[in-house]
Amino acid sequence: MFAEYNLVMAQAVGKRVLPGFGLSLGYTLVYLSLIVLIPLSAVFINAASMPWNEFWQVVSSPQVVSSYRVSFLTSLLAALINSFFGLLIAWSLVRYNFFGKRLVDALIDLPFALPTAVAGITLSALYAKNGWIGSLFAPLGIKIAFTPLGILIALTFIGLPFVVRTIQPVLQELSLEFEEAAATLGATRWQAFSRVVLPALLPAMLTGFALAFARAVGEYGSVIFIAGNVPMVSEITPLLIITHLEQFDVAGATAIATVMLVVSFSLLLIINGLQHWASSRKRYLTGEDVA
Amino acid sequence: MSIQVKNINKRFSTFKALDDISLDFPTGKLVALLGPSGCGKTTLLRIIAGLETADSGQILLEGSDASNLHVRERQIGFMFQHYALFQHMTVFENVAFGLRVKPKNERPAETAIRQRVTELLELVQLGSLAKRYPSQLSGGQRQRIALARALAVNPRVLLLDEPFGALDAKVRKELRRWLRQLHDELHITSIFVTHDQEEALEVADEIVLMNKGQVEQVGSPLEVFRHPATPFAFNFLGTANRFDGKWARGGVQVSEDLLPLPHTQPAHANLAEGGNVIAFARPHDLHIEPNVEGSEGIRAKISRILAFGPTARVELSHATQPETYYEVDVPTLSIASLNLHEGQAVRLRPSQLQVFPAG
Amino acid sequence: MSGMVGGIQAYHGAELYELSPATREPKWARYTILGLSLTFFAIFLLMPLLAVFVEALRKGWDVYWQAITNPDTGAAIRLTLLAAAIAIPLNVVFGVAAAWCISKFEFRGKQLLITLIDLPFSVSPVVAGLVYVLVFGAHGWFGEWLSEHNIKIIFAVPGIVLATIFVTFPFVARELIPLMQAQGTDAEEAAVSLGASGWQTFWRVTLPSIKWGLLYGVILCNARAMGEFGAVSVVSGHLRGQTTTLPLHVEILYNEYQFAAAFAVASLLALLALVTLGIKLFIEWKSA
Repeated sequence: MFAEYNLVMAQAVGKRVLPGFGLSLGYTLVYLSLIVLIPLSAVFINAASMPWNEFWQVVSSPQVVSSYRVSFLTSLLAALINSFFGLLIAWSLVRYNFFGKRLVDALIDLPFALPTAVAGITLSALYAKNGWIGSLFAPLGIKIAFTPLGILIALTFIGLPFVVRTIQPVLQELSLEFEEAAATLGATRWQAFSRVVLPALLPAMLTGFALAFARAVGEYGSVIFIAGNVPMVSEITPLLIITHLEQFDVAGATAIATVMLVVSFSLLLIINGLQHWASSRKRYLTGEDVA
Repeated sequence: MSIQVKNINKRFSTFKALDDISLDFPTGKLVALLGPSGCGKTTLLRIIAGLETADSGQILLEGSDASNLHVRERQIGFMFQHYALFQHMTVFENVAFGLRVKPKNERPAETAIRQRVTELLELVQLGSLAKRYPSQLSGGQRQRIALARALAVNPRVLLLDEPFGALDAKVRKELRRWLRQLHDELHITSIFVTHDQEEALEVADEIVLMNKGQVEQVGSPLEVFRHPATPFAFNFLGTANRFDGKWARGGVQVSEDLLPLPHTQPAHANLAEGGNVIAFARPHDLHIEPNVEGSEGIRAKISRILAFGPTARVELSHATQPETYYEVDVPTLSIASLNLHEGQAVRLRPSQLQVFPAG
Repeated sequence: MSGMVGGIQAYHGAELYELSPATREPKWARYTILGLSLTFFAIFLLMPLLAVFVEALRKGWDVYWQAITNPDTGAAIRLTLLAAAIAIPLNVVFGVAAAWCISKFEFRGKQLLITLIDLPFSVSPVVAGLVYVLVFGAHGWFGEWLSEHNIKIIFAVPGIVLATIFVTFPFVARELIPLMQAQGTDAEEAAVSLGASGWQTFWRVTLPSIKWGLLYGVILCNARAMGEFGAVSVVSGHLRGQTTTLPLHVEILYNEYQFAAAFAVASLLALLALVTLGIKLFIEWKSA
């Protein structure tokens, strides 16, 4: 309470004392509008000027609908895989010591730093039927590259750091007392994990899942090389925007982009809500919210 | 249930947290582990609980060795400093947790669980909050729920880590009384850790005073307060005036002044004439003599008089070493009768003086 | 935990969980978790990283050297550097301005503003490229006016720069906002009360205290700027040696089945990623 009061006071005073409010806010709004808001609104304005049935025809054509399915399902699966392994990796990094831990920790961010095109061509080389990994599966009759499975691989690659980096700090700051309390009350290690730790990590896990999913839905560079881009089978939605543009069908591209933007904004809202939930919980779990 | 601690040692890298601790905690008593930060009291409590493992030594619960018993098998109730209430569970579910995680064949039926939890919530007088979440409770309420949760599994002993540490001063006082009453009702062997001497003196049946990983003194609150066994005990419990000097002429020579040992008090056995000693006197065990002419007593100057209640506190500094301070409690009435005022030169004589060999 | 000072607190990191039987897993559980984690890590992160360099050198050093010294590669490097060199300073100025007004002042709609700043992250790169086509393309809002005045933005360098700015827009701001919010306004108020002007306060008090966060934002911004593919691909037009950045050049080589050359150029970008991670580690170590 007291700290909050102080903060409010400091800001109220700051408002009067510190200079540059008008200038910085003004510049922020102008730059934001010019670079982001106005161009983005172009999508909606252009889409609104399209006749409705024309718009509907584009966004509900079988090829496009099939791309939604591919994008949605592969993104969902990739985010699920990442939630599971991301939790394991975060757990290992926080709870255990092992050889090469610092290297692992540093390289978790590789998908953030590695250009998507590089990831794309590398993954397709690895998973092609003569690649290091693809050749292991080829004798079993499993094709990975140039199938939806390849898309899944690429989306798993780019999504991993989102999950690890949202769970890791929460796990790091989770007070030991909760697990100890569970143990003194007779809970087994598994009971303590599933009933005490997991619920505490839930907001972070959901946030990580949503971030990975949102990124995967819009991903382009790492996917197109490995996807094979077979219509109705392995075409993702962003690719169809490009396809329409290459056929100089700007209107069609805009229609699909409108659908994608609506999905993105909804995900953004959900993620914001999740993060709000997570941060309100964090104060309690780290023992700051006592007395 | 009785708890015995035998020759416990614990080291954290180079830091010796516990140095050969042996203690007996009698059945049904409420014992305080008292000491300053870093004295090892919490470590000892956690070792008794099984949350930490000693490097050597034994913990006996009811006479049998518990050293190899896992924390969840020891049947102890542990209350954490910040309570560690599970925040995604209601108050009810928190208290029920210990019952719900029991193996299937030991787990009480749902109705029995409900009944037990309701009973406990009544016991801690928070029956109405069963559906709330921990974040909706005040600090004092959280503490009571944490206690109810610990009691739910019928623990053989209750271990409390700084039970009042996270509360503000007013709530703390109230809950102390409550905890004491609750203990008188339940009679469950309990140990609590505190760094607050007042808390220990007020609540405990027995105090274990610890310092630097060792036990300084064990005794009833009255014993440890009245008869501190060591200089540390004297200093830590209550306010004390400290005098560094030499043992001479049946008193303590502090620079040029002699602090006489009161006639009523037997001299400390192993004091060598001329040896360095440390002497302590409580503020109410010092007398102020306005007459500076005498040859006995410490010469001092009154720097401040705080006369708010029936007892006035007089702050003084040593006549020749102004950075040495003393505190004396006198009845407020005698401030006037002795005509004491700030800046006055006086002598201090003890009516009680505890002398320890220095070293 | 007053009794623990110098005790448990002398430990940090994973050892802490080993101390208490309550937070220690059985060995088999620990090895299973570690085994799964590290296997996943090795397959999904380590192998791709190694594969870039192995594929790049598959045809030997000569081919590698030729690929990266090719004039078209040189042009791609120059364009990539140019786009980053324009996008980064602009986004730094924006990031600082946004963080300043958000962290030092109270105003309505602040939360919305923070959300809007994050917007480019949630937009598909392809859509990011498309929006500029809609504004500046041949049939876009300013298409006619631009062609009358013979200005080319889409399928030319300005479009690439714009798309790069868009996708890297939030990086600096989102590093600085929480950092400066946590720092509060005490230091700036003290400076102002001592007679410092606004600029003096910023240069001498604020900037030194946010320099690591700023650098962090800049290197993340740089990595994305140099590596962006989708958005740039839409507005580039793929004119070899003219409007291809390094990632686009990789694509062209790859589609022409010049795999070794594609991976050679890709290895430059992978090196950039490693350098980025290295600097990131360094900053985390410095500012810890």
